Order: sequence, then structure tokens, then C-alpha cells
Amino acid sequence: MSAISLKNLDISYQSKKVVRDVTFDVAEGESFALVGESGSGKSTVLKAIAGLAPDWTGEISILGQARSHKVDRDVATRCQMVFQDPYGSLHPRKSVDTVLSEPLLIHGLGNRNSRVIDMLAAVGLDQRFRFRFPHQLSGGQRQRVAIARALMLEPKVMLLDEPTSALDVSVQAEILNLLKRLRREQGLSYLMVTHNLPVVSFMCDRMAVMNKGRIVEIAPASALHDGSFTDPYSQSLYAASGGNPDRKEMA
Amino acid sequence: MTAPLLSVENLRVSFPTPAGRADVVKGLSFDLGRERLGIVGESGSGKSMTGRAILRLIRRPGHQSADRMMFDGLDLTTLSEREMRKLRGARISMIMQDPKFSLNPVMTVGDQIAEALRTHERLARKDVGARVIEMLHSVRINEPERVVRLFPHEVSGGMGQRIMIAMMLIPQPDLLIADEPTSALDVSVQAQVLDLIDELVRNKGMALILISHDLNLVARYCDRILVMHSGKVVESCAAKDLHEATHPYTRGLLAAVPRMEETRDELPVLDRSAWSGT
Repeated sequence: MSAISLKNLDISYQSKKVVRDVTFDVAEGESFALVGESGSGKSTVLKAIAGLAPDWTGEISILGQARSHKVDRDVATRCQMVFQDPYGSLHPRKSVDTVLSEPLLIHGLGNRNSRVIDMLAAVGLDQRFRFRFPHQLSGGQRQRVAIARALMLEPKVMLLDEPTSALDVSVQAEILNLLKRLRREQGLSYLMVTHNLPVVSFMCDRMAVMNKGRIVEIAPASALHDGSFTDPYSQSLYAASGGNPDRKEMA
Repeated sequence: MTAPLLSVENLRVSFPTPAGRADVVKGLSFDLGRERLGIVGESGSGKSMTGRAILRLIRRPGHQSADRMMFDGLDLTTLSEREMRKLRGARISMIMQDPKFSLNPVMTVGDQIAEALRTHERLARKDVGARVIEMLHSVRINEPERVVRLFPHEVSGGMGQRIMIAMMLIPQPDLLIADEPTSALDVSVQAQVLDLIDELVRNKGMALILISHDLNLVARYCDRILVMHSGKVVESCAAKDLHEATHPYTRGLLAAVPRMEETRDELPVLDRSAWSGT
């Protein structure tokens, strides 16, 4: 069974079709990346899976169960999303504790106190941060809270929308390590959107390159080592990111 | 050897806090010739404040002081506000981070670039128009005649940043300060914009200060690098020697960047206790 399976997915905003004919499978336990320039539709694919872009046709299934077009509580317990900007994705007037308890409250789960405490420890935040507000935290700490919020319902699939692009390199390293450790410990599957190819090389097993709403190529992460992309667009993206286009010939 | 274009000695910038004044730049000194200098550091290291302080753009309640700040024979610490205004843009100009917030949303692109030129030079209207079109050409904008009539929301991020560059370069400054000029842009556009800045700087013999948090990017486009940490320069080296940097902070930053051919299982994280002693 695959963690996420997309078949012939088309997504539109109003009358404009922004993603066309996307088909791929993310295996359970796999970390899969969507890469491309801004405007290529990569975040839109994530939004459709999370239910934030309801105007789609085709098939989306998460852990073997098809997703409906409506708000779906069942999906929320299996699949959660982490957004790009930790400054924008946390409610400024809710404390860390409120943010982390809210999903438990909605889904009627008990034992909230100890779950919040455990989760803070899991994402490497000290307990003293529990009653702070977002403005009292640094960017890296906020992103840890956002990841903790997504993990509260113990989902098996995580959608990551550029989780580190708003952070400094040193903080980015901490968050990437955290995501990698959580995936190992909790057996998560990741679908990650990024335009940073070295991050893909560190985090992911496979990637799909998107351009203008279509997937132009699906390649293993090892293609980043030897530059063995077949599509000209992926090759140019690889070269622009500092990859050596001649490496294939050299090897 | 000729005198440096810009010479800064013991530059300090501080902001008041409830717990007394907090220094964000603590005694920075450097000389800049007609070369490309990179300033790198994490957020909060004071790198942007350094760029602003050179233009004396630290607004109150912030406070800046320096023992010496000479630009081409002019003492920047003693110039009047009026004289500073003449200097800003005309001789030293600054490219800001995000074109979305730095362009005037209710003025056309052409008018904004023309304004930059007219503020510093007296020209006939016809010549202004011609210069604007010529400048847009040189930042590789296709159909500049059409683009001058557009508003900032009608252009893409990469194009907006090129328009910013055009605006900053049209008065032909001697020193260009680029504060994270590409961090709001895509990777593919990033390289184009930096190549463009690089080419213009070389052709016009300008000096460049490139402020960024991306070590590899700075190493690629600069001759010399200053690494800043909490308001101080911790290391200064030639760009080509960056990978032989010795300071633990620089080494930590370098190691934390994921590589294209990544084989490490975990990225090394900065051990902040190693050099600050706290």
C-alpha cells in the first residue's frame, strides 16, 4: 500500500487549470520531493492533498483510502501539513500549549496534558516554551512548534511545504535533522515541496521535477550525485542550483 | 597603493532595550577598494545593519557611531543630512531584499526609475526616457518600452528585482550595497540576477558589498569575505580560501549546508558554546 497515490490529478483555481495530469505514488516510509520553480504548481499539489484546494479532478488516496472533496476528519488523522513560513502559520494570540491541544480537542482525544509534554520533548523544545506565544520564539523554535502541531494526531503521512526556506542555514540544519529523526522514529512518509536541491539530496529518496503544472521527470535522489537527469528542464534546474552538468560525462 | 574607496573604523550600532542599550554592531572595521566584498552571517549578526550604517540609514532610536568612516575623501560621520541625501543613490546605492516591498506600488516602473535619475541629474525629459529604456535593456528586460508602463504588481519577482537594480544603477554609483538581493527569488532566477550584478559591477568598475547568509553564493561572487557573528567580524578571508576557513563558527556554518552529493546521515549543528564562552 502506498502512503500517497495520485492519479491523473488536475487542479484548478477558479477557471484556470494550474496542475495537469499529475500521477505518482509515494511508498510507505518513503520521503518524496516535488521540486520546481515558483508557479510550477508544486505547492498546489500539496494543498489539494490536504484539502485546501478543493477544485480538483482525478484520484487522491492516502494510505489506500480515497480522499473526498469535502473536509475530511479521517484524512486529518492520517495526513498533516507543515507550512513554509513559521511566522505566518501560527496564530499570534494562541500560546504553544493552546496550538498543540487544539487538534486533540477537535478529535476528542484525552490525556492532552501528557501528550503536549511528550510532543514538545519529541521536537526538541524545552518545557518552558509551553506557555509562550509565537512572538516570544525564534524562527527555528516556531518551525518546531509547527511540526509538533502537525504531529499531534500521530499522522503517518506528512506534507512539508518548504519547511526550511525561511530559516538560516544553521537553523535549517537543525530542522532537517529533526525531520529526519522523526521520520525514522515514527515511521513517517514525507511528501516535501522545495526548490533547494541539496535539501532533497539530504532528505529524500525520490523526486518529481515540475514545470508549468506538469511533472516532467521522476528521478531517484541519486540523480543529484551524478546529474543523470533526462529531461532538459531538470538538467537546467540542476545546473542553476550549482550541480555540475558535465558530471555524467566525467563519471 | 591608492587610498581605499571606503574605510570604516570601529563602527558601532546600538538600539535601546529595557535592559539598556544593546549593541548590534560592535566595533567593525574594514577597508574597501574597487572590489567585491561579501558579508555573511546568520540573522541577527548585524550584517544588514552594517550596510545601512554606511548610508547612515539607522533610524532613531537606533544609534550609530564610528571613529572613522571615509568614502572617497568624504567623512561620512560629519556630513550634514542634506549632503548625505546627495550621496545616497548617486554615489552609494543599495539594493534591498524584496522587490515586492521596495517598489512603490502606485507608480509605474518607468516613472520610478526616472525619479531616481532626475533626483540626481538635470536632464531633458526626452533624455531621461532614453536613459531609462537603455538601463532596462542593460538589465536584460525584453520590450522595455512596454515594461516602463507597467506597475510593480504586474511584473514577476525576478523582473522586479531587475527593475530595482536598474533603478539603483542608473545614477552610476561608485559603491553598490546589495542586501540579500536574491533571497526572495527562485534558484534559477537567482543566478541570472547575480550574474547581471556581477557583470555590471565589473564593467563599470564599481565596488560591491554583497550581504547574504548564503556562504557558497558569496564565495562565488566576491573577492573577499567577512564573516560576522553577533556584531563582530570573526573571520576575514579571500573568497577562494573560504573552504580553508579556520574559525569554528565559519567552519560550523559551512558544514551545516546540505550538499548536492549528500551522503551524511545527519548535518552537523553549530555548537554555540565553542567560541562565545557562554
